Amino acid sequence: MGESFAAVMPANAYNWIAVWRRNFLAWKKVALASILGNLADPITNLFGLGFGLGLIVGRVEGTSYIAFLAAGMVATSAMTSATFETMYAAFARMDAKRTWEAILSTQLTLGDIVLGELVWAASKSVLAGTAIGIVAATLGYASWPSILYAMPTIALTGLVFASLAMVVIALAPSYDYFVFYQTLVLTPMVFLCGVVFPASQLPGSFQQFAGLLPLAHSVDLIRPAMLERGADSAALHVGALCVYAVLPFFASTALFRRRLLR
Amino acid sequence: MSTVAIELAGVKKSFGDKVIVNELSFSVARGECFGLLGPNGAGKSTIARMLLGMISPDAGTITVLNEPVPSRARVARVRIGVVPQFDNLELEFTVRENLLVFGRYFGMSARKIEAVAPSLLEFARLESKADVRVSELSGGMKRRLTLARALINDPHLLVMDEPTTGLDPHARHLIWERLRVLLARGKTILLTTHFMEEAERLCDRLCVLEGGRKIAEGKPDGLIDEHIGCNVVEIYGDDPHQLCELIRPHARHIEVSGETLFCYTPHPDQVRVKLRGRAGLRILQRPPNLEDVFLRLTGREMEK
Repeated sequence: MGESFAAVMPANAYNWIAVWRRNFLAWKKVALASILGNLADPITNLFGLGFGLGLIVGRVEGTSYIAFLAAGMVATSAMTSATFETMYAAFARMDAKRTWEAILSTQLTLGDIVLGELVWAASKSVLAGTAIGIVAATLGYASWPSILYAMPTIALTGLVFASLAMVVIALAPSYDYFVFYQTLVLTPMVFLCGVVFPASQLPGSFQQFAGLLPLAHSVDLIRPAMLERGADSAALHVGALCVYAVLPFFASTALFRRRLLR
Repeated sequence: MSTVAIELAGVKKSFGDKVIVNELSFSVARGECFGLLGPNGAGKSTIARMLLGMISPDAGTITVLNEPVPSRARVARVRIGVVPQFDNLELEFTVRENLLVFGRYFGMSARKIEAVAPSLLEFARLESKADVRVSELSGGMKRRLTLARALINDPHLLVMDEPTTGLDPHARHLIWERLRVLLARGKTILLTTHFMEEAERLCDRLCVLEGGRKIAEGKPDGLIDEHIGCNVVEIYGDDPHQLCELIRPHARHIEVSGETLFCYTPHPDQVRVKLRGRAGLRILQRPPNLEDVFLRLTGREMEK
């Protein structure tokens, strides 16, 4: 078991790049639509929620509601972008399109493929998160350099949620099961983790529970970065996100081994 | 370097309580074309996947290109080309992009891939399709691209799982012709097939499988001589059991499968004399083939 588990781990530090480049080539063919989608979605949301709700709510945590919300949306979009890329696109490559099967007949291991898919999904998160940052900065709700400060956390958030979604697709028999993960895990997380309102509004026990969730750690890093404030306990948040990125990677690779290499 | 490309010894595999491969041993020499012949469910694909390290045997040992498999399958795969049973090409990519992406999985630089791509496209007769999307290719072209893709790492060994299943006869003959070119270049080929004709035309040696067990192994004509060794008269159009009694004195052996009677006889003329005057019979006399060997060994025809 130990030896054969080692055999499915990434073979070296760079094999995954070939998988990333395969996905990049496929994305380039639809890049324009992808970028427009990534820009249109936050523009509608920021205008709709920000101006509508923002007028009622006023200032939150010492800033305008729209600036508060923009930072939360950057984190959320990093989460959903990596999740959806993994749950739908990577699942198709693993299952119906047999792309992974083709790759497994080369010198790449399962771990190389999973790692390449994770970094790819995180790249799409960076694109989606940055798009919101650009919209927010253009409207004057964030400074341009703050987008750069937030970028490492956006990438790490992408890795975390791609990694978690990998576990879901390794276990799910078909697409139909993904909706449970979306409705029972992701959507509640958005409301628990201080995306649309400060987590301090929650009852105490909920606050403690929310503090364990990965999205809360992302929001607690991204919002201070975008509002150009110092983040509290940044090392703790980064450490927690790293754990959330690494453990599911090993778990999902082990699960894929059981599913694909019997 | 050893002259043996593949060696299986006492390999077993079960999924749940279903035995898929049962005590299988065979070896394939370098430069040889070795066939795994059997009906669907005989375990052919499982064996092909085991050679690549994608399925681990429950018992027994597998050595491919001197590497123990599955433990060092990754190292062996560097020198293996694979043609899977179902096409897994990148449909949205062009022919050329498919080669590029696949070459990168072997750690090849773009320059090196571009250097070998023209000869691979020529080999696959796809020169004029280099910039066409794969989704627009015919089934035969896709198979040839899969073959070209399998050659990108200049492999010593090709593992092909049913390389011509689903192709029309013209496309199939073109693949066979291409495979003979590869054999002439010294490549080793292991192929699985349920086409008797494919096995007879291409394979130096083959292993006939049923229910995960080896039921015969040898050269195609050797197996035919050993198990049949005489002409075949196929008769249909009447109750086969009644006909059976009539011609039995002149037959070495008789098999009935469905409504067809297979009469193995060194004296086909005497059989024809016996049947003379019976209306509605269709009689076909032919040399024996591997289908007859399979029928003889298992008592049933191989489904197609």
